[in-house]
Amino acid sequence: MYAFNYQRPKTVRQAAGLLAKAGGDGKLLAGGQTLLPTMKQRLASPAMLIDLNQVDGMGGIELKGRNLHIGAMTKHADVANSHIVKTAIPGLAALAEGIGDPAVRNRGTIGGSIANNDPAADYPAACLGLGATIVTNKRKIPADEFFTGMFDTALEDGEIITKVIFPVPQKAAYEKFPNPASRYAMVGVFVGKKGSDVRVAVTGAGANGVFRLPEFEAALKTRFNAKSLDGLSVPADGLNGDIHASPDYRAHLIGVMAKRAVNKALGK
Amino acid sequence: MTESHALTDTRADPRSRRRAEDERFLRGQGRYTADLTEDGDLIALVVRSPHAHALIRKIDTTPAQQVPKVRAVFTGDDLVRAGLGPLSCSLPLSGLIVPERLPLATDRVRFMGDPVALIVAETLAAAQDAAEALIIDYDALPALIDPRVAQNADAPLVWTNAPNNRAFTYEKGDPAAVADAFAMATHIAEIHLVNNRVAAMALEPRTVRAVYDPTRDHYTLTLSAASIHLFRPEIAKVLRVRDEQIDLIVPDAGGGFGMKNVAYPEYALLAWAAKTIGRALIWTADRLEEFSSGVHGRDNITHGRLALDAKGRFLALDVKTISNLGAYVSSLGPGAATTAPTPAMGGVYSIPAMAMHVEGVFTHTAPVDAYRGAGKPEANYLIERLIDIAARQFGFDAIALRRMNLPKRYPHVNAFGYTIDSGAPRDLLTRALVHADVKGFRKRQAQSKKRGRLRGLGVAFFLETSRGPVGEDAWLRLQHNGFIDLAVGSQSNGQGHETSMIQFVADTLGLPFSAFRYVQADTRVVPSGGGHGGARSFPMAGPAMAEAAARFRIMLLSAAGTLLQATDSECELITDGVRHHPTGRVISLSELARDAGVFEAHGRNDADLYNFPMGCHIAEVEIDPETGRVALLRYSGADDYGTLINPLLAEGQVHGGLAQGIGQAMLEDIRYDDNGQLISATLMDYAVPRGDDLPDFEIAFVENATAANPLGVKGAGQAGAIAAPQTVMNAIIDALAPFGVTHLDMPATPEKIWRAMNRT
Repeated sequence: MYAFNYQRPKTVRQAAGLLAKAGGDGKLLAGGQTLLPTMKQRLASPAMLIDLNQVDGMGGIELKGRNLHIGAMTKHADVANSHIVKTAIPGLAALAEGIGDPAVRNRGTIGGSIANNDPAADYPAACLGLGATIVTNKRKIPADEFFTGMFDTALEDGEIITKVIFPVPQKAAYEKFPNPASRYAMVGVFVGKKGSDVRVAVTGAGANGVFRLPEFEAALKTRFNAKSLDGLSVPADGLNGDIHASPDYRAHLIGVMAKRAVNKALGK
Repeated sequence: MTESHALTDTRADPRSRRRAEDERFLRGQGRYTADLTEDGDLIALVVRSPHAHALIRKIDTTPAQQVPKVRAVFTGDDLVRAGLGPLSCSLPLSGLIVPERLPLATDRVRFMGDPVALIVAETLAAAQDAAEALIIDYDALPALIDPRVAQNADAPLVWTNAPNNRAFTYEKGDPAAVADAFAMATHIAEIHLVNNRVAAMALEPRTVRAVYDPTRDHYTLTLSAASIHLFRPEIAKVLRVRDEQIDLIVPDAGGGFGMKNVAYPEYALLAWAAKTIGRALIWTADRLEEFSSGVHGRDNITHGRLALDAKGRFLALDVKTISNLGAYVSSLGPGAATTAPTPAMGGVYSIPAMAMHVEGVFTHTAPVDAYRGAGKPEANYLIERLIDIAARQFGFDAIALRRMNLPKRYPHVNAFGYTIDSGAPRDLLTRALVHADVKGFRKRQAQSKKRGRLRGLGVAFFLETSRGPVGEDAWLRLQHNGFIDLAVGSQSNGQGHETSMIQFVADTLGLPFSAFRYVQADTRVVPSGGGHGGARSFPMAGPAMAEAAARFRIMLLSAAGTLLQATDSECELITDGVRHHPTGRVISLSELARDAGVFEAHGRNDADLYNFPMGCHIAEVEIDPETGRVALLRYSGADDYGTLINPLLAEGQVHGGLAQGIGQAMLEDIRYDDNGQLISATLMDYAVPRGDDLPDFEIAFVENATAANPLGVKGAGQAGAIAAPQTVMNAIIDALAPFGVTHLDMPATPEKIWRAMNRT
């Protein structure tokens, strides 16, 4: 780890001010589950670390009408154990329950996860699969515009995620095939159905991070049933390949996980 | 056939004492090497090669030396100037080429992780800054990764003095008899297999603290290692000093599994640097260094053939192996594919003729050395896979085929001339089949099928050959405070000797457990020792402890007799001390120590006999045909480790070994890319088994005493890792049989299985 300046603001405004002051050399610290190991390995070297853990108003889970609001600093374990989430979007609670291990879930946050946009992270699939809105100190960004590439987002300099708003779907579920070593998603598929809208989002597989499957969505709009996906496939082009899974195996797994997610959403 | 005993009830058995050392380990009170850092210690950091193969054109240390808080930057040239000697191999193998290696590379690096420079600084951060400032001009060269291409004319040479990259050729057995048997055979089963390269993954990484005392010209290394007495001379040779000028001390150690039985270059390097700088130094490997520069295990490529007659009787086994040694010859490296597997070749079976041909090959990869089981897992994996292949190909029942080829009686002399003195494999098979409820398998398989899953059953034996280095010493010392120190040359790095060995001696003498303190792995107070390698601790140290205890009893009675002015025969040893019959007076051990002074009894065991633990294991797996993912649902077995000292600890040893064997079969794989970059270099990519990867293990014990040692014990430390790979793989291949799959190499990853099922 390199030496760095550590700041612990109390408000989002202070945090944004510090971030602006640091120029490009500031980093926000949420749960630190990616940032701190990366810093320890000297792969990241922020001059200033702005710890958001004392910032007011960035936590909390609330159901407002047909929208579920989750504060950016809400820990995975709190989402997983929340009665509100379990009732409103059980598939989202189950997803949070399956992130990393208990230590990760008790430190890692939803805002940190989506800001980092790890191509194998779980939350980006939920955001895209539920059509979430990412709220920052500056604006509201639809999930479809938020995830712009591997470890890349629409966040601008000085922009801080404050909460994520999930429209409550009729049906939703997440199915993950974990990497045997890291337990990150080797392929994860989130399926959400709200009214006539169906979304299918894939994480872990895409070379550019999370993405949607329009063909799958169209088929499921016709009939929300796993059988509707029969005969559909995903091209291996543009998918990740590594020592655990080749692109064509990942392409195959997307189909399998998508069907399982649909079945799970249907309570089968 | 040896008569068999009843199953041991491990949990209820009074010998199943729980581990005393767990009190401190589980409460975070263990004292590991890094805990012994003292104020003023300097931090050492090893700079390693990022290339698999490169020339070192030039190293400019000046910018690194100018980093604040940096005390020294050493390179290979400094070691040459200082006249340090090369590292050596302590395994004499005929014709072995041992290339010259200094603790730091001089002109050329030969694997990713090869040590190139040592930085010494006041803080780790300063050392890391210096490592970044160090300028090393490499000229990258093509790397040789696959041992199969080592002998190709265009293969890069790892060592110019090893033509075709060959380090040795090893032959065993009778190739002519084997050829004759194959000519007569009705059936020949054949396999080409890769026994995958794995990392030991000890929880505690290698750590060394080095102190040099100029007044005595003496080095003290505190380190996380095993087999310290065996490799001390290798360090002494590098430093060009006498063995006695180096003391090695191992405090609590967090695992080793063979990979810490090696004289790593860092040991002598740190000792020399501590002397050169005049300060104590400490080096702790990080996980990346453990993966890249700790020795790896296995990595053999074997072509095996088994000849059978019409009835299925085994006639001969022919084994041709290419062993990947890595870039250098490690301390015991060449043994893992040669002398280590030899006594276990052919497994438990009676095979009249066997021949082995092994070629040891250099590649630009990390050195390979002995890892839990060392060669025995490979030997058993080979025969047990061949038997399943033969059964399926030629229409035999796999279990009946095994039973038919078990030795009819013991002692059994195998085709390589090893005498297996005792065993009851038929009994183990029968018990294992009942224990695993094999009768109910078809029903369970049908239930799995209903759920869309493929279920497979794997049955396999294992034969372990326990001995390791010959000769072991034990000492019992009455100390001033009345405690008795039990010092043993073997060493636990997690096995629980602190409990089992004291338990053994306390029971032998009839003294309470609490009267003893356990001493190990400290050359200042344990003058010699053979380590734990080869599951040798109780077979080797047990008789030495028994002899020391017998002598100690006589010394205690004699000392008490003198104090009590009584004859020895009037005194007896009781729990509280020594009791004088005629008067009923009891003299405690602390009184004895105070009045008679301290004394020591020594025992030594020079027996060189192997003992042969064995077992029959059964696994059941379920495969998700859509993803290829395997779930190991059931794992059980019936094992014979001779007379048990502590059944609970024996079971713990077997469980740990099983986890590592299952890891090798299903998860673990050290992988290099074509350029020699290690691509399984962290726990993000190297999959070690976790609790939810493993089922409950149900291992039953049958105690058939061996005559190889007076205790009747057989080694249990390696057995699980020797047993599990073939048991699990046989189950996986059984599940895939409907798809025409006859073999898969380990690890059986989901993608590998999916591809095997979807081959057209």
